Amino acid sequence: MPAPIRLRELIRTIRTARTQAEEREMIQKECAAIRSSFREEDNTYRCRNVAKLLYMHMLGYPAHFGQLECLKLIASQKFTDKRIGYLGAMLLLDERQDVHLLMTNCIKNDLNHSTQYVQGLALCTLGCMGSSEMCRDLAGEVEKLLKTSNSYLRKKAALCAVHVIRKVPELMEMFLPATKNLLSEKNHGVLHTSVVLLTEMCERSPDMLAHFRKNEKLVPQLVRILKNLIMSGYSPEHDVSGISDPFLQVRILRLLRILGKSDDDSSEAMNDILAQVATNTETSKNVGNAILYETVLTIMDIKSESGLRVLAINILGRFLLNNDKNIRYVALTSLLKTVQTDHNAVQRHRSTIVDCLKDLDVSIKRRAMELSFALVNGNNIRGMMKELLYFLDSCDPEFKADCASGVFLAAEKYAPSKRWHIDTIMRVLTTAGSYVRDDSVPNLIQLITNSVEMHAYTVQRLYKALLDDISQQPLVQVASWCIGEYGDLLVSGQCEEEEPIQVTEDEVLDVLEGLLVSNLSTPVTRGYSLTAIMKLSTRFSSVNRIKKVVSIYGSSIDVELQQRAVEYNALFKKYDHMRPALLERMPIMEKTATNGPTEIVQTNGETEPSVVEPKHPPPVTQPANQANDLLDLLGGNDVVPVIQTTLPTKPASAGGELLDLLGDLSLSGIPPMIAYNKNGLKIDFTFERANPNPNIAVITIHASNTTEADMTDFVFQAAVPKTFQLQLLSPSSNVVPALNQGTVTQVIRVLNPQKQQLRMRIKLTYTHKGSPVQDLAEVNNFPPQSWQ
Amino acid sequence: MMRFLLLFSRQGKLRLQKWFTPMSEREKKKIIRDMTTMVLSRQPRSCNFLHWKDLKIIYKRYASLYFCLAIENQENELLALEVIHRYVELLDKYFGNVCELDIIFNFEKAYFILDEFLMGGEIQETSKQIVNRCIESSDMLQETMEEYMSKPAF
Repeated sequence: MPAPIRLRELIRTIRTARTQAEEREMIQKECAAIRSSFREEDNTYRCRNVAKLLYMHMLGYPAHFGQLECLKLIASQKFTDKRIGYLGAMLLLDERQDVHLLMTNCIKNDLNHSTQYVQGLALCTLGCMGSSEMCRDLAGEVEKLLKTSNSYLRKKAALCAVHVIRKVPELMEMFLPATKNLLSEKNHGVLHTSVVLLTEMCERSPDMLAHFRKNEKLVPQLVRILKNLIMSGYSPEHDVSGISDPFLQVRILRLLRILGKSDDDSSEAMNDILAQVATNTETSKNVGNAILYETVLTIMDIKSESGLRVLAINILGRFLLNNDKNIRYVALTSLLKTVQTDHNAVQRHRSTIVDCLKDLDVSIKRRAMELSFALVNGNNIRGMMKELLYFLDSCDPEFKADCASGVFLAAEKYAPSKRWHIDTIMRVLTTAGSYVRDDSVPNLIQLITNSVEMHAYTVQRLYKALLDDISQQPLVQVASWCIGEYGDLLVSGQCEEEEPIQVTEDEVLDVLEGLLVSNLSTPVTRGYSLTAIMKLSTRFSSVNRIKKVVSIYGSSIDVELQQRAVEYNALFKKYDHMRPALLERMPIMEKTATNGPTEIVQTNGETEPSVVEPKHPPPVTQPANQANDLLDLLGGNDVVPVIQTTLPTKPASAGGELLDLLGDLSLSGIPPMIAYNKNGLKIDFTFERANPNPNIAVITIHASNTTEADMTDFVFQAAVPKTFQLQLLSPSSNVVPALNQGTVTQVIRVLNPQKQQLRMRIKLTYTHKGSPVQDLAEVNNFPPQSWQ
Repeated sequence: MMRFLLLFSRQGKLRLQKWFTPMSEREKKKIIRDMTTMVLSRQPRSCNFLHWKDLKIIYKRYASLYFCLAIENQENELLALEVIHRYVELLDKYFGNVCELDIIFNFEKAYFILDEFLMGGEIQETSKQIVNRCIESSDMLQETMEEYMSKPAF
């Protein structure tokens, strides 16, 4: 039997195949030869055959018949055989295979082999793909090797231990003694893998974490090692572009992050080294930035002092200006994570973030868009919206839906004026109209209805937009609805905001009828147009024309249209006396609330919120331990809470003042309350249930100032007991103008899954007449509907 | 930890596959298909990071080969780029101006080098010289064997 062809021969041959079929033929022929060779139990060439099999496996051909052969190779005494055998095992013999367990004995023997490279092979295989049973059987051997003085084996044993712990977490304890002197090694390989092992243990077990923090004094050791890395001179063995062993530095920073999280002492101990790394690391190459990135992540996660946090955010800000796309991407992702907690610091980089909207890279654009929306507030809304609308114009279709939704949300929260709001909506509808989400149409209609003084302006603009383009369905739907409602304003030519256009009733009906017949209109849009035409019958004088249109559609193939037309026809014929009442102007719509009583407010034009006298909340006996549960704003326990005892009583006359202060009240059945009123600063809370989660109460605070001097640098903070979760969104501004000239609003979202009584501790800081003022208060007088 | 490392050519032919978690053949094939499609369709000057399921995919092109590394979400992407670069340097030192053909004809060596650099999804050795020395010594052990048999083992 001739010797089987060599591996490189085979590779060369297979590469000459010109078609897939030719290749398959060659492979099949060779596989047959290999199979017969295996059957002959040929020891000499087994290695060669398995190597060829592995090559064919990489090309995608089945190689399972080689599994047992790998085992035989591993059991052989020759190093070459073992090398290929273990490689074959790692490629073909993962733990899903039945024969996997047969490796255990071989690996056990090889772990005790006299040659370290054989031991290395065994450790590597075990550490890459050992099953749980194997790990259980061999953990003892690994632990022994973890204590050897041979650094080559020690580092492999450490990573093998990591794998064992991942597979069988209960075995973690047995490796604890061996970790004692791991960090006093000089060898970087051992240091690195030891840090990985310690990280794995700390991540998996809080007890281990506590143990390493307190008993082993891990933090000082790590700080020392990191310091040596930074301060030491050039070390050719570990140098990467002038930085000494960046892989080890990053791993240490990660372990420090875990140790410092929620632990003051540890965080304190690492403050200096973090500052040092942050300021001294060379940033010209990717490797330096990788270390800085890890440093920033660590600073943000531990309890670092504010100076360090600002340093971290500034590093991210510098990243944003870097030419390297990857670094910009990483900066945006990190800023997105920190924008809630360090909002003001991130705001400082707003213009750079907005510039990233114009980046060519898709991933960067997406991150920049998300971050921009997170940064919008009452102060920057106009500028930001300009940029975001420009982005909406020019971005890829995959972004348009999200961007449009974001614009609507932001506009609703922070619109400086009604006209601006309507203009923004118009802009979105005309530029990205087909990408707007379906539920935006009813939301927009509600918004337009409630902006009474803008009706003429809105309908005029929508009409003009329709004349230009009827292909974008959401735009067309909103426009037809408005024309149906406010068509009389349109033809009467009364518009205060801009030059009124001259339009006749017939022209308007032409447009609406055009929508009905156009191929571009969807059935839903047709429904809107037909209803709009019908509504105009009470607003226009050309009723006959309308009657004709309606009767035509009584025989439409579209069932929905047909039904509508038939019903409207009936309205004309039999119920004509009811027609005016049925088709009159829509009332102001309240926002739908899922819980609590909703109060419906009537009539055109006036928002007359009914101000209900809030009921005195029933006194709740507070168990003693509840007081300790309150999150301590200052971190210490020395603060005596100021109990707010004034209960809001609202006589009828005060209803008027409340209205001025609170502007457009979002109506929910929950009465507003005064949370704080001292030294001229008054804070009111108004409530709303967040859809769709009834466990979330959305509270808007309104801060007003009756003194003659402004309150600047106003910061409102709140804390709630442990069973709640609090999210504080950004304030509209930080200046509370004097003499009630304006209010600062801020939204608080409280998650109350256990429906416990809502309590809150608030802290106010501001500067008044040049001197800083700080006050703490407890708010206990929440109306029951806000938390039930 | 790292989840897998793939090397493939511009035509999508696989040159190396290292998996750090157990997966069925079918899953592996699907992942290879997904990765090659995603990476090969990227614009030339885009950033090197992608999101795929719950993993971050870091890819970099060196001449005619794409290196594609999948890491878990808490890992450092910029460092992953350095890991890929370090592997390329190790291959380069070993083969001397490495090219795709070297990896095709000596794939088992590429695996051996990788197994001295990474293990179980983590970095095993951070020194280039030590990795190279280990490979050379292992090769030496192998060669002695071949001399004994007076023919190449495979």
